Amino acid sequence: MVVILEALGLCVSGCRSLSSLAELPEMHQMMRQTCRDYADRELGPIAGKLDKEHLFPGQQVRELGAMGVMAVEVPEELGGAGMDYLAYSLAVEEISRGCGSTGCVVSVNNSLYIGPILKFGTQKQKEQWITPFTTGEKVGCFALSEPGNGSDAGAASTLARQEGEEWVLNGTKAWITNSWDASATVIFATTDKSLKHKGISAFLVPMPHPGLSLGKKEDKLGIRATSTANLILEDCRIPLGNMLGPRGSGFKIAMQTLDSGRIGIASQALGIAQAALDCAADYAHKRTAFGNPIGKLQAIQFKLADMAVAVESARLLTWKAAMLKDAKKPFTKEAAMAKLAASEAATFCGHQSIQVLGGMGYVTDMPAERHYRDARITEIYEGTSEIQRLVIAGQLLKEYAP
Amino acid sequence: MSRVLVGVKRVIDYAVKIRVKPDHSGVVTDGVKHSMNPFCEIAVEEAVKLKEKKLIKEVVAVSCGPTQVTETIRTALAMGCDRGIHVEVSGKDYEAMGPLQISKIFAALAKKEEASLIILGKQAIDDDCNQTGQMTAALLDWPQGTFASEVTIDGEKVKVVREIDGGLETIKISMPAVLTADLRLNTPRYATLPNIMKAKKKKIANMKPADLGVDMVSRVEVLRVDEPPTRLAGVKVETVDDLVAKLRANGTI
Repeated sequence: MVVILEALGLCVSGCRSLSSLAELPEMHQMMRQTCRDYADRELGPIAGKLDKEHLFPGQQVRELGAMGVMAVEVPEELGGAGMDYLAYSLAVEEISRGCGSTGCVVSVNNSLYIGPILKFGTQKQKEQWITPFTTGEKVGCFALSEPGNGSDAGAASTLARQEGEEWVLNGTKAWITNSWDASATVIFATTDKSLKHKGISAFLVPMPHPGLSLGKKEDKLGIRATSTANLILEDCRIPLGNMLGPRGSGFKIAMQTLDSGRIGIASQALGIAQAALDCAADYAHKRTAFGNPIGKLQAIQFKLADMAVAVESARLLTWKAAMLKDAKKPFTKEAAMAKLAASEAATFCGHQSIQVLGGMGYVTDMPAERHYRDARITEIYEGTSEIQRLVIAGQLLKEYAP
Repeated sequence: MSRVLVGVKRVIDYAVKIRVKPDHSGVVTDGVKHSMNPFCEIAVEEAVKLKEKKLIKEVVAVSCGPTQVTETIRTALAMGCDRGIHVEVSGKDYEAMGPLQISKIFAALAKKEEASLIILGKQAIDDDCNQTGQMTAALLDWPQGTFASEVTIDGEKVKVVREIDGGLETIKISMPAVLTADLRLNTPRYATLPNIMKAKKKKIANMKPADLGVDMVSRVEVLRVDEPPTRLAGVKVETVDDLVAKLRANGTI
């Protein structure tokens, strides 16, 4: 892998000891192992219950916070683990393997809430809005989508007007993950309608807060342990100091945040895909048909092989995107490729896993149906697969421009 | 304030299905997942807890074996040990290594490091010997508190609640002493990400058994390793008389 990256003129000094992608640096291996142990022992046994009863894993989020998993990239001075994005990707994958919903909470808190504040916030904003959210006691959320626009993020109709020393926000945000469990949100609103997408700004709003109310919890197909709802702003007043980044930079902040967030979601999808593969491969050894374990049948072998290739190739794309980000190189195209590949791998593996399990795959006694349902959202949020293709094509065509 | 030595052994992970080598000389270890012996994890946790209570000053994690055991030492450092000692043993010496050699190494290290406590797991899940703690105490002529399910330090003495066949036995022993950890002593912590980062900077000293004046020659030779016999179906009987008759019939009594 080092040879390939160096041939492409990329510096991999951050992962000098990476002799091949089969061998992560020792620290990353240890970190992956501790997350895997936690997921196996604490999340796996309860994931079914969390899903069935739509329960937010509050205690587990606090325990993960104590381990540093809720703020992997945040520097130690601010209360985080001070590790890199590759470590974060590994953590999200392992946590998601245990429970897809918990992986989503980890990813949203790290990439979508803490991410933009870390990148665009003032020191004071970082201390106020990041540090309390590193321990797992509080989680944040990210409010960009609206009932009238998802993919069309530039058409934000939530408005922010200045009144004296305050911003007053009005509008509705839709599909907000963690909404009912969050203590703060990064929210995007138009400050200058005439400037179109250059007139959108980012704001920090504590939750609960006067003027901010929550819609009903959506009844979702998957990741049911997370709460998803509308955020309704009615003359919601916040101090001027709650603007994040310069006025009018909201769209840029959102897009850059989503670039990184894609690596997080790719990692979540990888975890779900791997869990589906693990389930199917294990079943293939145990279930007998026609006198032998079904793993001896080529039909099953081909499915497992295809699943494994899909997961591993998506994983390498995800690691590469994370390593590029850590090396401070452009990673937009690679992150989109990773998210696209990993989410499609997750839905593929979820689907095939049920097929391998047959009737058992269709019932809640086995986790295959939950992986199938959890995987589906990964192709939709943080940029639909269609948007990812546009991003990739855009970057690609730029490279080939005459 | 005192220094504690904790032994950590690298063993085949508890979840792995063990396979015997085709030549019956041992079990397959190549490419197989290894981790810290679960009882050693409990020993590390106890030592780190004592340090957090400020009852001891320094925890030193010790492991004997080839280069790979440094991974196990690093995990101990990530759980909170202060520094590590890697006693290099490889090849034939490593294959033949057993409780006697390990306890000699620990006895020598305890004197060198002026340790007041040695905490080990009660046994390793690969050989199930349950001898190292006892032998180490004997070599040092130190008191021992084995199968500990509760440890309380009281000045220069240690109160140990031991899990024995008949129930629980409470003893009070003077330091320096050897303790071995049993299952219910504590629940080992997960290594946190910040501690994994800190572990990178902690020192692991390197030495050979010869540096400690220990000879690694084994008095034990493994002749053959076999899988346990496959379990056969049992037979249910209705009365005690039937049971006695069946036992007589198959020659058991």
